[in-house]
Amino acid sequence: MDKQNRKAWLYLLPAILFLGVFMIYPLADVLIYSVEENFRSASQTYTGVGLENFSVVLRSPDFLQAVKNTFILVIITVPVSTGIALLISLGLSSIQPLRKLYQTIYFLPYVTNTLAVGLVFMLIFQYDQDGGAGLFAMLLQALGMQPVDFIQGPYWAKITVTCLYTVWVVMPFKILILTSALASVPQSYYNAAKIDGTSKWRTFTRITLPSIAPMIFYLIITGFIGAFKAYSDEVALFGVNLNEAGMNTMVGFIYDKLYSDGGGYPSYASAAALILFAIVLTITVINLMVSKKTVNS
Amino acid sequence: MAFFSTYYECEGCDAMKVVLQNLTKIFPNRTKKMPDVIAVNNFNFEIPDGQLIGLLGPSGCGKSTALNLICGLEKPSSGKIFFGEEDVTELPPENRGVGLVFQNYALYPHMTVRQNIMFPLQNFKGKDKLPKAEMEKRVEEAARLVQIERLMDRKPSQMSGGQQQRVAIARALVKMPRVLLLDEPLSNLDARLRLQTREEIRRIQRNTGITTIFVTHDQEEAMSISDLIVVMKEGVIQQIDQPQRVYDDPKNLFVAKFLGTPPINVFEGTVRNETLYLGQDGVLRVPGVGDRDVWVGVRPEGFVPQEAGPLCCELKALEVMGRDTSVVLGNPAAVSDPLRAIISAEHAAAPGDKEMRFALKPNKVFLFDKETEERIRVRAE
Amino acid sequence: MENNKLQNGLRRRGRAGRILVYVLLTIWALIVLFPFYWMILSSLKTQTAYDTEQMLGTPRYFILDPSFESYGKAFSDEHTPLGSYMLNTLVFTLLTTGLMMLIIIPAAYAFARMNFRGKNLLFGLFLSLMMIPGELVIITNFVTVKTLGLTDGPMGSTVRLFLGLILPSATSVFYIYLLKENFEQVPEELYKAAKVDGTSDLKYLLKVMLPISRPTIVTILILKIIECWNAYVWPRLITEEEKHYLISSGIQAIREQSARSNVPGMMAAVVVVSLPLIVLFLIFRDKIMAGVSRGGTKG
Repeated sequence: MDKQNRKAWLYLLPAILFLGVFMIYPLADVLIYSVEENFRSASQTYTGVGLENFSVVLRSPDFLQAVKNTFILVIITVPVSTGIALLISLGLSSIQPLRKLYQTIYFLPYVTNTLAVGLVFMLIFQYDQDGGAGLFAMLLQALGMQPVDFIQGPYWAKITVTCLYTVWVVMPFKILILTSALASVPQSYYNAAKIDGTSKWRTFTRITLPSIAPMIFYLIITGFIGAFKAYSDEVALFGVNLNEAGMNTMVGFIYDKLYSDGGGYPSYASAAALILFAIVLTITVINLMVSKKTVNS
Repeated sequence: MAFFSTYYECEGCDAMKVVLQNLTKIFPNRTKKMPDVIAVNNFNFEIPDGQLIGLLGPSGCGKSTALNLICGLEKPSSGKIFFGEEDVTELPPENRGVGLVFQNYALYPHMTVRQNIMFPLQNFKGKDKLPKAEMEKRVEEAARLVQIERLMDRKPSQMSGGQQQRVAIARALVKMPRVLLLDEPLSNLDARLRLQTREEIRRIQRNTGITTIFVTHDQEEAMSISDLIVVMKEGVIQQIDQPQRVYDDPKNLFVAKFLGTPPINVFEGTVRNETLYLGQDGVLRVPGVGDRDVWVGVRPEGFVPQEAGPLCCELKALEVMGRDTSVVLGNPAAVSDPLRAIISAEHAAAPGDKEMRFALKPNKVFLFDKETEERIRVRAE
Repeated sequence: MENNKLQNGLRRRGRAGRILVYVLLTIWALIVLFPFYWMILSSLKTQTAYDTEQMLGTPRYFILDPSFESYGKAFSDEHTPLGSYMLNTLVFTLLTTGLMMLIIIPAAYAFARMNFRGKNLLFGLFLSLMMIPGELVIITNFVTVKTLGLTDGPMGSTVRLFLGLILPSATSVFYIYLLKENFEQVPEELYKAAKVDGTSDLKYLLKVMLPISRPTIVTILILKIIECWNAYVWPRLITEEEKHYLISSGIQAIREQSARSNVPGMMAAVVVVSLPLIVLFLIFRDKIMAGVSRGGTKG
């Protein structure tokens, strides 16, 4: 028994070691950082312990802009992508020929580097006077309309293209999950409904939707979490300096505080990360409560 | 084949009997509320060399635990295990020289039949290590013994259940175990294959002469194949004897009920003046038994139709089986419902009869204590 | 008669519905495919051709004279060495994935097959770690790696930088969990049979468990490879020298340098960077999709 004990711990040792150093220790450490005031990386000194870092972060205009951007993104992309994905999945599961081909195509964005494909979106939607006209701008011009620069132009345009790109990126996962959820609804339910002469709409609302409701809620929850962590899609569209573009996200703010231009403030980064974590946790819990209530009733 | 038989005959001289002494296994319960589980309770028995023992009992009676103790996958809480004269209680499984066959075959799915059978031999280390040619020879021998020589390059998934079980037996035999352990080896097979494989196991055991322990919950299986049967219930041995003797002379009500198809019929009875009464019917003389309430077990073949027989039963149905007829009966004193009697076809009642009367064969009737359910002996007349 | 008419009507409506479904599905397929088409198309235009289109304000939607000059340029640009980016990413991906397998396989095996004190407690702890977002721990990890001298810099050594890149990415609680679940599917009798035959745990793991669990192992490998190939945040934090960039940062560098001046070259780089994973996907399509639906995230 003791020998088996020792052997088991030996097998687990590498995992425990790595997780300890790179997950558990950092978790404790981030809490400590967040309360150390005026921490300087260079000298490893701080002046006191308190909630100063949180209030600095919360008053920072960059952070408030990032929060606004992130929330807009979440509120638009999660419902839109889930809705379209549901439509597409329903369409997919109602056809036989070409289904596999469509599925393959729809999954492609999942395996691409978002930073790379973001450049294509930038290319298509950019427009500036010194010759950098994207495809979309040229189309607008051809139609006699005034083109807009979606990359460096007005705020609404930038948000629009960000949402568009985000939806494009998150769709594969949602379509995949929903099609397999739809496929796992027993065919006998549909046959029974057909024999009873149930209308298509009623079949959908009374059989299909309740059967896949747990998966929809799963997608909404993971969708929220994912959207709150948005960052690299924005970098792909607007470049590394997101603050200047006014398109930073909360995660982007954390990394900026840690590194790039405003770098060297792990305390601010930690405080911001904890704020983000608290928001995500709250929304996830609310989501879970709603989904439990809905799925059960 | 020659190779195997010479080996085992020689080994047989050493009398590789298996002895269990006060063997007990207790699984402590995690939660304090529940009592500990005594899976194996103070086992004492000796399996003579070269015999096939059927370890029989309902599921959860501890027979698999007993097997795990013998092969060393589990350590006993107390007691000792001997193979021959050697105390193997503390030996790890690989040093005991046991072969183990499972209900679900437990073949390695990614290996061919040959690789599966070869696998145990490749684990030999140090001085036991075999040269490649010797290994191949042994694999061939084992395969021939279970008659799967032609399937050597197949994967388990390409074979029937019966074939897979043969491979599993070959894999257990190839390292020439001192004791072969079979854990419900037939339960995953369909009825026809079960019969076939059963005979096959018997044949292989006879040929090799390896002491074999066969665990099953199927009493018919155990009866048909074993030299000795060990009947278990809740971790306690109920009876050890030859199959026919266990059937003819059960030690208690549990054993009587567990063996036999159709199962034994149980009545509530009373003994007065050395006569056994079922309800109001005085059905049998029981010399030497004092006045008391008893459980009465009557084997289905113990009913003799007689026009003026002492036992009157309601006739519920007749099931014709050719040579015999199975009669479904009702009686107010009966505990088992329905009663079932097997009588020869010519005695079958005419259709439309509502009642039937029987005499009982004394040697097919067993009395048991109302409390302990132990057998009450009737003096022979 | 009435009835017949009704049925015909229904059938016609059914056919119209099916056509509508195909139209919608095709529209989405085009939306998905168009960026890929546009990037390949743009990469095959010459710089002059592209400039002309810009001047005229009318793009060409297809071309009959593809030119591969941009691909050559993309690889030969010494400021943004695409070849090095790819090589760095490949090395990073292979080493990280390999190291992760070495860590998670024994751990999953210990959880699935071995009995030891504190097993349930430890496994519970592991599971709770799955809920921790990477953003929380990356801050300290950055400091840790920096303190250990494993970050980049003019004086930094490539080996140490790669250690810094790889080590924090080399464990995944989720994959331990996935593999453990799979290991537990292997009937326990196989383990017992092997034990009785004197097989050591290590041999059993290597000779029996791993071959049987190959489908799951392959799934995990592929998912991890995708993750590594597209890694951006961590590599960007700790690499500084352009020659040490992985492709995600490399693409950003290329963008900064040539967004205006050399669009075909930039698109060529994007194609080159995207291609390996797309090929991998087309080969292992079913495995990847099954793996993602069982435990992927992103989205």
